[in-house]
Amino acid sequence: MSEPKTSRRAFLQGAATVAVTAGAARAAEPDPLITEVQPWAQGLGDGVDVTPYGLPIRFEEDVVRRNVPWLTADPISSINFTPIHALDGTITPQGCAFERHHSGAIELSKSDYRLMINGLVDKPLVFTYEDLERFPRENHVYFCECAANTGMEWAGAQLNGAQFTHGMIHNMEYTGVPLRTLLREAGLPATTEKWVYVEGADASSNGRSIPMEKALDDVLVAFKANGEALRKEHGYPVRLVVPGWEGNMWVKWLRRIEVMDGPVESREETSKYTDTLADGTSRKWTWVMDAKSVVTSPSPQSPIRHGHGPLVITGLAWSGHGKITRVDVSTDGGKNWQTARLAREGENKALTRFYLDTEWTGEEMFLQSRAMDETGYVQPTKTQLRDVRGENSVYHNNCIQTWWVKPNGEAENVEVS
Amino acid sequence: MSKSLKLYGSVFGGIAVTLTFAVNMADRFVAEAPEGLRTLTPLEVAAAPAPAGGFVAAAHAEEAPKDGPLGIGREALPEEVAAWNLDVSPDGTGLPPGSGSVEDGEMLFSENCAVCHGEFAEGSGNWPKLAGGEDTLANKDPVKTVGSYWPHLSTAWDYVHRSMPFGNAQSLEPDEVYAIVAYILFSNFIVDEDFTLSNENFTDVVMPNEGGFIVDDRPETEYPQWSGEPCMTDCKESVEITMRATVLDVTPDHGGEEAAAEPAAETPADAVEVATADTSTEATDAAPAVAEPAAAPAAADPELIAAGEKVFKKCMSCHAVGEGAKNKSGPELNGVVGRGIGSIDGFRYSKTFEEAHGAGETWTPERLHAFLEKPKDAMKGTKMSFPGLRKPEDIDAVIAYLSTFAE
Repeated sequence: MSEPKTSRRAFLQGAATVAVTAGAARAAEPDPLITEVQPWAQGLGDGVDVTPYGLPIRFEEDVVRRNVPWLTADPISSINFTPIHALDGTITPQGCAFERHHSGAIELSKSDYRLMINGLVDKPLVFTYEDLERFPRENHVYFCECAANTGMEWAGAQLNGAQFTHGMIHNMEYTGVPLRTLLREAGLPATTEKWVYVEGADASSNGRSIPMEKALDDVLVAFKANGEALRKEHGYPVRLVVPGWEGNMWVKWLRRIEVMDGPVESREETSKYTDTLADGTSRKWTWVMDAKSVVTSPSPQSPIRHGHGPLVITGLAWSGHGKITRVDVSTDGGKNWQTARLAREGENKALTRFYLDTEWTGEEMFLQSRAMDETGYVQPTKTQLRDVRGENSVYHNNCIQTWWVKPNGEAENVEVS
Repeated sequence: MSKSLKLYGSVFGGIAVTLTFAVNMADRFVAEAPEGLRTLTPLEVAAAPAPAGGFVAAAHAEEAPKDGPLGIGREALPEEVAAWNLDVSPDGTGLPPGSGSVEDGEMLFSENCAVCHGEFAEGSGNWPKLAGGEDTLANKDPVKTVGSYWPHLSTAWDYVHRSMPFGNAQSLEPDEVYAIVAYILFSNFIVDEDFTLSNENFTDVVMPNEGGFIVDDRPETEYPQWSGEPCMTDCKESVEITMRATVLDVTPDHGGEEAAAEPAAETPADAVEVATADTSTEATDAAPAVAEPAAAPAAADPELIAAGEKVFKKCMSCHAVGEGAKNKSGPELNGVVGRGIGSIDGFRYSKTFEEAHGAGETWTPERLHAFLEKPKDAMKGTKMSFPGLRKPEDIDAVIAYLSTFAE
C-alpha cells in the first residue's frame, strides 16, 4: 500500500499557506498524533530479515536519481543526477549516486574480472580480483564530479533544481590499492615523463590518458565504496578513482592500464571533454575540477515549507585542488555576503557541507554561495567565466548559482545581473 | 613496515572486541562465547594462514622494501596483450595493416552506422553528427564533427574499431574500419570519392582542426584573477533577474514518472537551444505527436506490418511504441495514426508542430506518408533530423506497423 501521492502543486500551495504563519505558534487543539494511541505504538513492526538488504523507507521514494531525457539520444549512453537537494551530510549513498554510462552499465563478476598492466613496464602483468585484495590498501573520501555538471547552464538558467544543475556529483569513501603500487609491481621506467592509458571492460572502453605524475600521486584502483562493493552502475567490481579530476577519467570496470610515451588522444579526450572557447579554439587536458559550491536547500526542489523564523540554509562545496577553506553565502544576489559555518573542516578533494543558520521573515531572497579553497581560489560568477571562455565550453562550469526564493517559500533557478 | 602489521593487528582486534560486545548484548538468546575468542596479537595475525590464494605476505612484507614488488599477479601472455592492447595513437602506433575504400565504406556505413549517424554521416536525432560543421566552432552553437572538430584521425579509427557500432562493438574487421573511416572523411570533403585509406597513408591525412587545441591554460588565464580576499559588502549596485529557468521550462517533472503536475509554465519563448551534457551534441530534436484518442487501428496486412516493424528499427532510437512507451528524444507514437499533430502532453514540439496542433490538424496516413518521405519539407522547421525513408513501400509498411498501436 502506498501513500496517496502529494502533487508538487498541492505541496507548494501547502507550503505557501504555512509560510504566512509565524514560527512559535500555540496549538489550538491537542494533536491527535500525541493524544491518541497510534497503530505503530500498539501493534508490531517487521521482524528482522524482512529486507535482508534494506532500501530507504517508502516515504523517501522521491529521493532518487533523475534523468533529463532530452539531453541525450538514448539512456544507454547518458547521465542522471544525484538528488543533492534532499541529502545532507557529505557522503552520497551509492544507490542514489549519479550514473554516467557510455555503453550501458555492464554486469562483470569478480571471477570474470581481469586487470592488465602493459606497455612500457618491466613485465606486463595480469591480476585477478583476488590479487588486488592482497595489496596493501587505503581508504579515502573523494568527490567525483562529471566535467559536464552545470554544463546546461552556460547559456542561461535552464534546469529548475539543484539535482539537475549540480547533481552530476557524488562523494564516497573508497577502499582500494594506490595505482602506483600496481605500476611498481610491474616495474616502471626510470623517467616519469610518461603517461598511463586506462580503459574499461565495457564496449565504450572510455579510454583516458593520465600523466604519470598524477598516476603516481593519489590515483586509486578501488573496489569498495562506502564500505561495500561498488554498485554495477559505478563499475563493479573495480573502478579507477582520480581525485579532484573530472569524472570521465574515473574509468569503470577498469580492465587495462598501459604505460605509454604520450597520450592516446582518445575520443573521450579530444572530441569530448575538451572546452571550446569563444574564438573557436579549444582547451584540452582540462582535468582538474575547480572550486565550486551550491546551496542545496532551499532550492527549487526543496522549497521552504515552514513559517517565518529560523531557517537553515545549507549546501555543498568542493575543490579538485584540495580543501575548502571557506564558503560565503549571499541572500541578496551577491551584494552582501556572510561566511557560512562548515560542518567539518574541509577535506582534501571531498565534499564539504556548509550551513548558514539564519532568520527568514518571508522576504524575497537571491541565494548564492561562493567557495574558496586552500589555494586561495574564489569561485567565479558566470559572467566572469563567460568573459574568459564564452558560452560554448560545455564542461567545467563552476559558476556561482542563484536561487530566487519567493515570499511563499518556493525557489527558482535564475540568473541575476 | 610494522605499519602494516599494526594495521592488521588492530583490524583483527576490532573484530574480536565487536564479537564480545555482541555476545554480551544478546541478553535473551544467550550464546556462549566461541571458545578461545580473544584478541589476536599482531604476531599471531601475521602468522595466520591467509584465507585464500596462498600466503600473503604480512610477515614477508616486513623485509621487503616499501615499494618493492610483492609478487602478486602473473605475467601477461603476448596473445593476451595483443587481444586487449588495441589503442591507436596519433602517430599511427597500434594500427593493424589493412585498407578500405570510400566506396566500400559507403555501403558499410549504411549498414552499420546510418541508423544513428544518418546516411551521409549528418547525424540522426540526438545522435552525433559525424560530418559537416566546418567553420562553426566560433559560432553560438558550434557543430562538432569528425571533420570540423576532431584533431586526430587515429581517434576516429580507434573508436570505430574499439567501440562501434553501438551495441555491437568490436565486430568490424580492420579493413572494414579503414573503409568506414574513409567514408567519414569523404563525407567531410577531406578526401575524394576514389580514396582508399590504409595503414600506409594513414598519417598523411590532415585533419582540418588539428591545430585547434591548446593545453589547459586556466592556471595562467583564470586562477590569478579569481584569487584573494573577495568582496563582502556592497559588492554591486543592483540585482536584476536576467533569466529564469521556468521560462525556458525544460526541467523534467519533479515527481518522476507519474509526472506530478508541474504548474504549467509560460510557453517557451524560443526554441530550446541547449548546451547538452557531455554526450552532447546538438540541439534537441523532436518530432511530433500525440494525444487525442486515436482512430481505431486499421486492419492491415500482417506481412506489411512485419515489414514495418523492421523499418521501425530506424526510428527506435528516438521513438517508442507499445505498452508503457514514453517520450524519448521524439514523442511516443502509440496511436499516432489519426492522432492530433503535436498533441502529446509534456513533449516539447517545434514551432511548426505547435502551430499544426493549434490548427487542429491530425496525422492522416497521407500526411504521415509525406512527412516520413521528407520530414523537413513536409513540416518546415521540424526538429526531427531523420532525413526520411527513401522507399515508398517502407513508408507504407511503417505506417501499417504504427497503426497497430492504439493509444
